[in-house]
Parts: sequence; structure tokens; C-alpha cells
Amino acid sequence: MALLRVEKMSHEFGGLRAVNNYSLEIEKGQIRGLIGPNGAGKTTIFNLITGIYKPTEGEIYLEGKKITGLPPNQIASHGLGRTFQNMQLWRHMSVLEHVKMARYSRITYGLFGAFFGTAKRQREEEEIEEMAYSLLKMVGIAHLAGQIILNLPYGAQRRVEIARALATEPKVLFLDEPTAGMNPEELIQMMEIVRKVHKNLGLAIFLIEHRLKVVMELCEIIQTLNFGQVIAEGTPEEIQNDPKVIDAYLGKGTVI
Amino acid sequence: MTFFFQNLINALQWGSFYALIALGYSMVYGILMLFNFAHGDIFMVGAYIGFGVATGVTALASFGAIVLPKWLILVLTIIISMFLTSFVGMLVERLGYRPLREAPRASAAITGLMIGIILETGNLALLGAQRVRFPTLIKSETYNISGVFVTNKKIMIVVVSLMLMLALHQFVRRTKWGMAMRAMAFDFVVVPLMGVPINTIAAMTFAIGSALAAAAGILFGVAYPVLDPYMGIVFGWKAFVAAILGGRGSILGATLAGFLLGFLEIFVAMIFPSTLRDLIAYSIILLILTFRPHGFFGEPYSARLRL
Repeated sequence: MALLRVEKMSHEFGGLRAVNNYSLEIEKGQIRGLIGPNGAGKTTIFNLITGIYKPTEGEIYLEGKKITGLPPNQIASHGLGRTFQNMQLWRHMSVLEHVKMARYSRITYGLFGAFFGTAKRQREEEEIEEMAYSLLKMVGIAHLAGQIILNLPYGAQRRVEIARALATEPKVLFLDEPTAGMNPEELIQMMEIVRKVHKNLGLAIFLIEHRLKVVMELCEIIQTLNFGQVIAEGTPEEIQNDPKVIDAYLGKGTVI
Repeated sequence: MTFFFQNLINALQWGSFYALIALGYSMVYGILMLFNFAHGDIFMVGAYIGFGVATGVTALASFGAIVLPKWLILVLTIIISMFLTSFVGMLVERLGYRPLREAPRASAAITGLMIGIILETGNLALLGAQRVRFPTLIKSETYNISGVFVTNKKIMIVVVSLMLMLALHQFVRRTKWGMAMRAMAFDFVVVPLMGVPINTIAAMTFAIGSALAAAAGILFGVAYPVLDPYMGIVFGWKAFVAAILGGRGSILGATLAGFLLGFLEIFVAMIFPSTLRDLIAYSIILLILTFRPHGFFGEPYSARLRL
């Protein structure tokens, strides 16, 4: 049984059909990619599966449980973590606090513990920090733990977002253009991080990308989306040679 | 010099009221991006609840023939009234603002003004137009410290205010709820994904702001023991100015600006005729805001993802 299954999902904004008859199956531990030109509906699909929008039609199952139409926080607690295309970080908070926030519901010490530093608080804080540091190390920013987001370079901010998503212990991780705006060096580092996270935590990853190089190297199976519809699905080799994909990216029959 | 210190003491007390109220404005703005214009009236409600609790506790103690020291009654009054007033704040949030979370900010502002009027006139209907006298809970004692007259009430007011501000600071810095509040200042989209119940945190913010306003109301009642249903209006507006001056959403800013306002008013009145006090004091603040429109610690712009 697939870990995440989307069946014939469609979505309309007003009269515009942004996503049409979209299906997806992600197996445990798989890395999948979603590519397509600007405005093809990639982020809309992310927002639909993660519950920010409710699909007009279709069903979504996570580990066999139906999650269609649930609010985003419940879907997240079922084991779906994500990052955002335009990073959503809390600018004045530290890197460590970002990861801590993801452990919100597991913090059980209350007012008394916070004010008087009880043994329980000490223990919980140590546990959280240990976990946070291991995640930050995995994405290579453990040395920046105490820094405020405002002071971090762009590439490091992307990594904070990934560490934060990982701290919620997802079974599937959605990455929305993790390499957007990165230089070639940062790009290679980011690809290594995705590989490392995948290997160390064994989770399934669903990736939106603009750069074909990244998806081609990382993903087992790639979907190509155009005008809200999957026009091709297959391995990197199949996708690369699919005339429909080439058309979608380069335009039909244009020879310059 | 003694003249200066005398006024400094007065300014500290006066600023405590502004700072405590301004904190409520600022905290709520910080996470919900709305100014709760009913907040000044919550200060008034807090003072009246304090009046009720103090009267009630005194009556209850004498009924049970228990001799409670006056200071204990005051402590109980502050704690119980803060607790009760926090429910008023949560009610205002639940009924007044939560249904308008996605509405234009102007609608929320108008709602706030209306809630304020309801609280004022509701009080008028309930208790009548005559002013009430806040019971004397501590006997005034004046100390002469090399020419500067300090009353025990003033010391108590400043110390209690500072303790509450410190407690708030610790709350925001050390608890998971405080951490959630700071994160909610930036977005409402990712925070719930972390398992944070944002409605609970929003209600909690109102509760804390209202509790601080209640504390300010009681301390005010201790210093100036005459309460009337409209006492919250001017205080509310001035504390609102302090919240803006401190930088919207900034706790430290609201505290400092609250005290600054107190200093300005007292020292302007020291130099100029007291009828010109507000005119001059608030002209100075207008001047500061001209050069620093986002206040001391506010961000020049604020943008937040809302879906």
C-alpha cells in the first residue's frame, strides 16, 4: 500500500481549473519529483495535499487514512511535513527555537517549570536540544543554532526550514523548490542534504523543482505538470526524452 | 535637585499605569495585527472588578470573623481581579474579534470601539452614574528621604508593576506559549503546522493583556481611589500612544514608552502650566513619531503570510 495516495484530485479557483484529475502514489522511502513550467499548478498541488486548500474533487490518503479536507495542522500531525517556496521563517527567533517550536506539543512543563527551572524542564529541554542539534548537524548548520534568522545567509535559512519540518517527525516531506535562488555551489550542497536526510531518516520525499538537473539526479520517478494536468510520468530518462515534456518547457514546434 | 527626584518618583508611578496598559495593546497587535480599542475600557472594568473583589473579600472576612491584614486583602484583590478580568478579555476576543479575523482591519477597529462603548454604558447601567470609592487597603505612609517625599503606595505601585512586567518578559521568553506568541507575530500558516493551537494562543494573549490592565486598574484605584465608568478612555488612548511609540508588537518598547509618557507628562507639568501638559507632552511625541514612525523597536514594515 502506498504511503501517500492521491486519487483523481481536481481544484477550481472560481471558474479556473487549476488542477485537473491529479493522481499520485508515493511509496515509503521514495523520492519523487514534480516539475512543470511556471503556473502549472505545482504549489497548488502541495497546498491541496497539505490542507491549505480543500480539493473540489478527489481523495487523499496517508497510510490508508483519508485526510481529504482536514485542516493543515491535523494533516501535519498525521505525518506530513513541508517547506515553503518563499521561506516562512520567524525572523527574530533563533535557529534552535525554530526546531524547538516543532516540538511544541511534546513540551509538557508549564508555568512553574518555566519560571523556576524544575528538573522536568531541564530534562525536556535537554532532550529537545539533543534532537535539535542532531537535525541541525544533518543539514549542516549546527554551528548556527544560536543565531537569529535575520543574520543568516539565504542558503542557511533554507536549511533551517528543512530542519524545522524534520523536527515534526514527518513520514513524507514536501519540499517546495528547495534550491530556488541558490548559486551552483549551494545547489550541490542542498542536493547532498536531501540525499542525507533521505538516507538517515528513511522518509519519503516529494519535491517541486524548477531546475531539471536537481530532479533528474535525486528522484526515482518524476511527474511533469502543465496547465494543472500531468502530461508525463516516469523515470528521469523517460521524462528527459518525452516530447510532451520538451514541448511544455520549450514550446511546441518553435525553432529559433 | 530634590524637586527633580520628587517628580521622578511621581513619573515612575504615572508611567507604570501607562506601561501596564500599553503592554496589552502591544501584545495583541503583535500577534493579531489589530489594535484592541476596547483595551482602555478593560482597564476600567479591571478597576471595577478590583473594587468588587476588595469589597467582597473584606465583607467575607468580617462575616467569617477572620482578621485579614489589609495588605493580604490587596494581594488577593490583585490576583483574583487579574484572573477574572482575563475572562473579560477572552470573551471580547471570542465574540468580538475572532469572527473578524479575516475581515478588513477597519472592521476590527470599529468593533473594538463599540465593545468599549458597551463596557462603559454597561457599567453605567449596572452601577449607576455616581462614582465609586475604591476601598482604602493600605494606609498611606510618607517617608522623607533627604527632602524627597515617597509614599509606601508609590513604592508598592512601581514595584508591583515592574514585577508584572518582568514576569511577562519571562513568560514570553521561557514558556512554550510565549514562544508560540513570538512565532505568531510572523505567520499564521506554519505555526499551526507545528501543533500550536493558534486560537488558544490568541485567547491567552487577550487574557494576559487584560490581566495586566486589571492590575493597572487596581493600582490606579489604590493611588487615586475614585472610579468612574469613563476613566478608561483617556488612559486607553494615552497607553495606545505608548504602544505605538514603543513600536507595535514590542514588549520592551511598550514598557519603555509607557514610562517615557509618564515622565513627559509629569516633567512638562513641572515646567509649564499644568493646563498645557497634554498639549506639550503629546506634541513632543508627535515630533518623535515624525522622525521614527515605527516607534522605538517596531519594524519599519510588517508583512505576514495569511492564506
